[in-house]
Order: sequence, then structure tokens, then C-alpha cells
Amino acid sequence: MKVELEADKCVASGQCVLAAMEVFDQDDDGIAILLEEQVGDDQLDNVKEAIAVCPAAAIRLVEQ
Amino acid sequence: MAAPLISPAHDGADAAPEFPMSRDSRCPFDPPPGLKELQEQGPLKKVRLWDGSEPWLVTRYAEQRAVLGDHRVSADTDQPGYPTKATAEAGEGKLSFIMMDDPEHARLRRMVTAPFAIKKVEALRPAVQRIVDGLIDDMLAGPQPVDLVEAFALPIPSLVICELLGVPYDDHAMFQENTKTMVRTTATPEERGAATREIAGYLAAQIAKRLAEPQDDLLSSIAGRVTEGELTDAQATEMALLLLIAGHETTANMIALGTLALLQHPDQLKLLRETDDPKLVASAVEELLRYLHITHLGRRRAVTEDIEIAGQVIKAGEGVIMVNEIGNRDPEVFEDPDRLDITRDARRHVAFGFGVHQCLGQPLARMELQVVYSTLYKRIPTLKLACALNDVKFKHDAFIYGVHELPVSW
Ligand code: HEM
Ligand code: SF4
Repeated sequence: MKVELEADKCVASGQCVLAAMEVFDQDDDGIAILLEEQVGDDQLDNVKEAIAVCPAAAIRLVEQ
Repeated sequence: MAAPLISPAHDGADAAPEFPMSRDSRCPFDPPPGLKELQEQGPLKKVRLWDGSEPWLVTRYAEQRAVLGDHRVSADTDQPGYPTKATAEAGEGKLSFIMMDDPEHARLRRMVTAPFAIKKVEALRPAVQRIVDGLIDDMLAGPQPVDLVEAFALPIPSLVICELLGVPYDDHAMFQENTKTMVRTTATPEERGAATREIAGYLAAQIAKRLAEPQDDLLSSIAGRVTEGELTDAQATEMALLLLIAGHETTANMIALGTLALLQHPDQLKLLRETDDPKLVASAVEELLRYLHITHLGRRRAVTEDIEIAGQVIKAGEGVIMVNEIGNRDPEVFEDPDRLDITRDARRHVAFGFGVHQCLGQPLARMELQVVYSTLYKRIPTLKLACALNDVKFKHDAFIYGVHELPVSW
């Protein structure tokens, strides 16, 4: 699965970083960045949690 | 109970119930029982406010998140239909971006997101630990009983936000007093105006100092935006004011009310006292945020374009109130929602709101609460309430729920 992040929607809540530290980080302004686009099964649940808690609907998972 | 909740004996079954409602004094941690009844009846209900207006109450978690995430609702208190909280709110000066809509909201919020990034906040953890330990040392060395609000709960967020903004802590008494007035719903417009002006004047002077001589703090970076022409002086002051007061009463109330809730749930307190697992501590923080939901009275918005909620069209110009305190008790999302259980996964709570206005300070609030909850009960294992629960005065009359005082001994 591939993660997509729309950075211009991000409100820098930090929630995705807390949910999936291996996949998300923040830039100097606190805006979310992707550490990896492809997520393996081990990270899938965490990414789904990040999607559920993101207040700005900025994260998506896409089937490939 | 299957009996109809609204009987014809009431003053007409269609009359909108009044909002806000009162809590049951025997259950000070639970939302008003009347709100739970409305939630059981359906996702939407018209209520009547102090000024006679009748906005919609959105009672369930899913719809609350959907509306708060929708750009067709506005946080601008001047929009037609905005459900005002008390006489004093209408026509008052704007409290920066918390009362604005995108794109201006996003432009301003992004100017101050940097220090709240997870890693930057983590870097402050040792300093917060020192503050917490120091205050506990002082309490242990002092007389008993002591008011935990005054001696512990308020100074922590005050010290931290002052540090972050660069405001000298020596001035904290002035803005602590004024913030209290600003969040008291019974304050008169004059009282609230005077309190706001005093803090604003103080912050304006602090910003002016940094315009001349920048330092390494958040006020200086706000001042920098003025120099760049991105903010007016007034906007800069409002922004500083928002950060100062938003980070103050909220966290303090979570510390004091959270401690009281744990003292009333000794099994949960024991789990927390005996654990060395940061994951359980973090989970306790999320659960207490969910369970206590201190920003009661709902997140309020004006509808700016017709919007459908739970099959009902809400018209532009109407108001909506997302009562997140019962969203956090929605049985569809949280099993056995009225139980405090620090081992549950409560991360999806809406205690910080939802949508583009979701709390900017949440990483900081979380970290402060984690340090507090993992330290206080370990260092003072015999901590107890020094009065009857009945004698504790709850902040029914404040925008932010909590306790006025919490006498404790050990
Ligand atoms: C446990 C403590 C806290 C709670 C429960 C809390 C709760 C909230 C809630 C519910 C909102 C959303 C308002 C709305 O949608 O209308 C909010 C917004 C905000 N909070 Fe917090 N907060 C806390 C701590 C803090 C701290 C420590 C700061 C740091 C300075 C802070 C700064 C803000 C700001 C600036 C906003 C406005 C965000 C925006 O409009 O984009 N809060 N908070
Ligand atoms: S959870 Fe959403 S809004 Fe928050 S930092 Fe991540 S992408 Fe941005």
C-alpha cells in the first residue's frame, strides 16, 4: 500500500507522528512529511490509526 | 429504559430544551444527564440558548467530526447564526485565528506551529520534569493541607508557556488572575474587557521590546512577522494572547480535575502509580482527556452554506454546537463509555476538537500531563483529598471545566 499526504491541508497537529512514527515526521514548521511512501503490513495498522486521528483529512492510503 | 424521554406533560413536546444543561451533582465527572438523553434520541436536536436563539446540537461522535471537518461551517463569532456563549462574547474583539476561517486562519496558525512539533516538544520534557519535581519538593516541604490548584496545577502550564513565549514568569500573577476572569461565564462584559485589555497591553509591550531587540523565543518570532509586514501590531498581540490563555487554564484543569478523578478511582490510580511503562502513562492521558472533556459547552460554529447533517439540511445562517463532551461518551465509538479505564485505547477522542482548529498545543499538553501523571502519584503515594467530595467546588460557571480548589494532604 502507498501513503499519500496532502501537506497543504496539514494543520501540524502531530497526531500522525504519534500514531506512526516510522512513517511520518514533521518539518521545521511542524508540517507533516512522509518518511516512507510504501508501507508494509507491519505499519498498516499504525497508518490507519493516523488516518483516523488526522483532524485535517490530509492522509490517504491507496491500493496499487 | 424504553419509556419516552419527553412526555406531553412538559411544556410542549416540541419546545427546544435549554442549553447548556446542568450536571448531576452526584456525578461531577459526567456530562449533564440531559445531554446523554438527547444523544440517545438522535444525532441532531434544536436547543435554546440564553439569547433565545435556537441552534442545532450535534450529539454524536461521527457527525461532530464530520461537521468540524467541513469548510461550510465558520468559527467566526460575527457570522449570522453563530451560537454565542454569553452576553460578553458577542461583539468582542477577535481572539486571533481560533475565531477565523481558512485561508486566513491557516496563514496565521502556520506562523506559530513550529514550536509545537512533536520532537521540539519532546526536547522540553526534561525541563518540564524539573519544574514538576521542584513544585513537588516545595509541597512536601510545606504545610498540609495544600491547594493543589494553586501550588501545582496552575504553575506548571504557566511556567511552560511563559518559557515558550519568552514572557518573564515573575509577571504570571497578573495574567493568571486575568485569564480566570476571561474564562468565567459570569464575568460582566466590562470585567472581561478590562481583563483582556490588561493582558493585551502587557503582551503588546513585550512584543514591542522584541521588535527592537529580538530574542530566541516565540514572541520574537511573532514580532518578526510584524517586521516582515505579515502581521499588524494588533494581530501580533491577539496571537500572543491566544497562545498565553489557551495553554494555561486548560492544562491546569486537566491536572487538578484529573487528580481528583484518579483519587475517586483508586484502582486506576494504583495502575498509574505502579507502572514504569510510558505507553500506559500516555494511554492514561488520552483516557482522562476523553473522560473529563474539560472544554465543555461545545465547539460552536455558524453554517455559511447549506449543509446536510444526519439527513437533515441545516441552512446557511443557522448555528451548530458540537457537544464533544458527549461525543467522547458515544457508545458507538467507546465501549462502556462512562467507565474510566486507563488501559483502553482512547486516542480517537475529540477532547482537542477536530478539523482545522484542532488544538495547536496538544503535543505540549500531552507531554505536560504525561510528566505530571507519571510523577505526582509516585512521589506522593499517599496523596488524598483533604475535604469531602461534596465540598469540592466545580467550575460549572467557567468555559473550561475543572475545580476551583483542590485541598490535598498525604
Ligand atoms: C489539556 C489541555 C488542552 C485542551 C483540553 C485544549 C483544547 C482545545 C480545543 C478543544 C480546541 C479547539 C477549539 C475549537 O475548535 O473551537 C483548542 C484549540 C487551541 N488550543 Fe488547546 N487545549 C489544551 C492545551 C493547549 C495548550 C497547552 C496550548 C498551547 C499554547 C493550546 C493552544 C491552542 C490554540 C492556539 C488553539 C486554536 C487552534 C486553531 O484555532 O487553529 N491548547 N484547544
Ligand atoms: S495528523 Fe494530519 S494534520 Fe496532524 S500533522 Fe499529521 S497530517 Fe498534519
